[in-house]
Amino acid sequence: MRVGVVTFPGTLDDQDAARALRLAGAEAVPLWHADHDLKGVDAVFLPGGFSYGDYLRCGAISRFAPLMTELVPAAQAGLPVLGTCNGFQILCEAQLLPGALVRNAGLHYVCRDQGIRVDNATTAWTADFSEGQEITLPVKHGEGRYVADAGTLAELESSGRVVFRYTGSNPNGSLNDIAGITNEAGNVVGLMPHPEHAVEELTGAPGVDGRGFFSSIVRKLVDA
Amino acid sequence: MNLDTVKRAEQSPDEHMPFAELGMKRDEYDRVVAILGRRPTGSELAIYSVMWSEHCSYKSSKVHLRQFGTKAPKSEALLVGMGENAGVVDIGDGWAATFKIESHNHPSYVEPHQGAATGVGGIVRDIMSMGARPVAVMDSLRFGGLDQGDTRRVLPGVVEGISHYGNCLGLPNIGGEVVFDPCYIGNPLVNALCVGLLRKDQIKLATAPGPGNKVVLFGARTGADGIGGASVLASATFEDESQAKRPAVQVGDPFMEKLLIECCLELYQADVVVGIQDLGAAGVSCATTELAAKGTGGMDVDLNLVPLRDPTLRPEEILMSESQERMMAVVTPGDIDAFLAICAKWDVPATVIGEVTDTGRLVMTWDGEVIVDIPPGTAADDGPVYERPFHEPLGQHDLNLDTPDSLERPADLRETLLQLVASPNLSSREWVTSQYDRYVRGNTVLAQPADAGLLRVSEVMPGAEDTTRGIALATDGNGRYAKLDPYAGAQLALSEAYRNVAVTGATPLAVTNCLNFGSPEDPEVMWQFAEAVRGLADACKTLGVPVTGGNVSFYNQTGTAAINPTPVVGVLGVIDDVAKRVRSGFTAEGLRVVLLGATYDEFGGSEWAHIAHNHLGGLPPRVNLEAERDLASVLTEAARQGLLEGSHDLSDGGLGIALAEACLAQGIGATVSLPGGDAFVDLFSESAARVLVCLKPENFETLTDLCARLDVPCYGLGETGGDRLVVEGVLEATVAELRTSHEATLPGVFG
Repeated sequence: MRVGVVTFPGTLDDQDAARALRLAGAEAVPLWHADHDLKGVDAVFLPGGFSYGDYLRCGAISRFAPLMTELVPAAQAGLPVLGTCNGFQILCEAQLLPGALVRNAGLHYVCRDQGIRVDNATTAWTADFSEGQEITLPVKHGEGRYVADAGTLAELESSGRVVFRYTGSNPNGSLNDIAGITNEAGNVVGLMPHPEHAVEELTGAPGVDGRGFFSSIVRKLVDA
Repeated sequence: MNLDTVKRAEQSPDEHMPFAELGMKRDEYDRVVAILGRRPTGSELAIYSVMWSEHCSYKSSKVHLRQFGTKAPKSEALLVGMGENAGVVDIGDGWAATFKIESHNHPSYVEPHQGAATGVGGIVRDIMSMGARPVAVMDSLRFGGLDQGDTRRVLPGVVEGISHYGNCLGLPNIGGEVVFDPCYIGNPLVNALCVGLLRKDQIKLATAPGPGNKVVLFGARTGADGIGGASVLASATFEDESQAKRPAVQVGDPFMEKLLIECCLELYQADVVVGIQDLGAAGVSCATTELAAKGTGGMDVDLNLVPLRDPTLRPEEILMSESQERMMAVVTPGDIDAFLAICAKWDVPATVIGEVTDTGRLVMTWDGEVIVDIPPGTAADDGPVYERPFHEPLGQHDLNLDTPDSLERPADLRETLLQLVASPNLSSREWVTSQYDRYVRGNTVLAQPADAGLLRVSEVMPGAEDTTRGIALATDGNGRYAKLDPYAGAQLALSEAYRNVAVTGATPLAVTNCLNFGSPEDPEVMWQFAEAVRGLADACKTLGVPVTGGNVSFYNQTGTAAINPTPVVGVLGVIDDVAKRVRSGFTAEGLRVVLLGATYDEFGGSEWAHIAHNHLGGLPPRVNLEAERDLASVLTEAARQGLLEGSHDLSDGGLGIALAEACLAQGIGATVSLPGGDAFVDLFSESAARVLVCLKPENFETLTDLCARLDVPCYGLGETGGDRLVVEGVLEATVAELRTSHEATLPGVFG
């Protein structure tokens, strides 16, 4: 199975994402922001970073990249897409996911190992977790406070589309402790934490709790 | 304004040139006139004034720094030594590492955020220009007292600047230092280190050979920022005019730098670069003169072609601008199209501004007129060299006689431990380091609060071998030790960085240094500098680790009050199998806790004397380089055999602090008894060459045998486990209360 990893100018975690995919048995296919070409991949990973420097709203420029004009309809048609950190911000800007990510409540960039609860284990990227499972993943961002209007929030909650919540102290002041959400179909998932930094014992965060994301998508693609 | 051409200079020999305003002395100006056989043009004066500034020419330090070469130990690992943008070290399996530390002290006081940010940017470009991929950064930071008002302005700004620039660049920040002392209140120290990896057959050098080759300026456009920044800021002390110098601080764009990194790596892979140089201090002046001087010897440049952000800039200003995120490359005519295409792919502006010649002259034109015509080596290499006078400071003898022996020692050692663990210099650095991304690129094995940063060598690079190796890096310095004895202080800084690398299981290989001092025109400061360099060079020789490069920062003083002399030393080491690295602190219950190394009654310059009595006097702990070397041998061998479950260096605050930090690492307590007769000395002395390790009980005998072979003292102190640190018969503290004390200090001040 082939999973695309998108590189925008300023993308930083693409190497890590590709490595995590390879470790899970997938082929990582580099996708370039300026190409109108998804290269026939079976799923797409939008990694973190500071695309275009994030000098405007995070992700606001990336959504207009040529690659995104291909990705948006493909995601709407069911292509599995995972966005982490800046990838999550881009998914919100592209309106594949509702709401927005704004400046952390503490006004500082935060890099730490964060407790997270999986509240939805039915998406394309979380099927190998169990509902209510508590895991640890690194967070590292300055603009990760999830916000949405009351109606959107109520709909997300009532339809089980809040996929991840922070446990312990909330690192950024996110509404309802939301760390990640999915679209109605469950194929597009965005979250602020970084599963790609938690797949090896030697490096990254303590533990390998990020592996579940990659095993989930690989199993889904194999079964499909 | 009339253009000051070479022709005009010849016709108006007596015209007054503003050399003093540009920081040049009369005799230096006279030398320029002698070299050129006429008065310099304004543009030529701009070039000489920045190239001959203290910052660029090392005119006061050169005669001392030579010892790093003459005393250098033989090292098979050294591929590129001093004099290039950064040193390069062979780390095995076809891989090489390049690393360097550099100061950005003065800009960080004037404008903390941009000053610190561009400090990171500058050192990263040095590493890029060696042909390497930058893979991590570290920062060694010193501020005024934690309770002093200006620290609240400077520290948050510096940390934000490093955080913003480094994070946006995608480089993990894997360690460093944060130190508080009132001596730095008007002169904070921001020393930034970067390390890069490359294939050892791919080293690039700053050279411009081959007449007819094209000179390309690429990266950001040139603006008015930082004009004269290095020469003005780094070469003068602050009185009250820092407001006036604000425009001299450069402004950074980390996004452009990230594009430059990826662009350069693709250029290297395509093999379309003959020579390359980053634009740092002194900008186009420095890059053109240095490239030309090290190449065929000549270069023609049309300054009108330099892409500008501010179209009103004069040629003199273009030459002096320190706009960030710029590089200069030398490219053959056949490769130029491929070169420009790669730059275009990364949206990096690139412009051919000149050509290499064999005339031996650097010739620049503006509007078709010649405005610069000089032998480039005279600016780049033949700057003035000063043998500054120096003598021991008048109060030095009295300072050394004022020993800490008469200070009242505490009865309640529990209280002392809790006080020290919460003190500004020993408390948790989490408030700072949590603002840095330590995970990006996915190769960070150890980062703060571990004693050293450790990276797995795993880069996607065509033609590179897979390897199991890792590289470890640590920086250390202690201005109080160096104040008491600069010779020993520099050696202690090296000893600690060397030990911190060995603690991870890595073998120390090479050294970089950042020498932060007051004014070289003060003979007492110059003595501190001379002693520190002599001490460091001697110690590098004994330990077998060569200095590969570094940086000198003078004029860190306000009025006549200089900072404590602060040599900061960075050590790079290599571990053959990174999976065998030793973790930091106590990593499991039921492990034996062992102290390696001997403890003496040594409190001169100690954290205890500083905190309990605000005392600085006597002599620093004794240097014992042989003991350091043997201890490192034990640690690397023990790691290789897989004997160790955890380790932690003993330094500021001694064994007491090391025990507390080892407990805090994973929240595991320990019960220990002390080896010596005096619990206070055992717990808080700062004797060098000591390390705490923990290991499975069944490995204890193997370790003691190993220690006996190398004559390293080895004491079984006790066992890990439980929720408290118990020093039998002396003190008891829960890990939770240690944590509360340790973690509250910085947030209490900075929010």
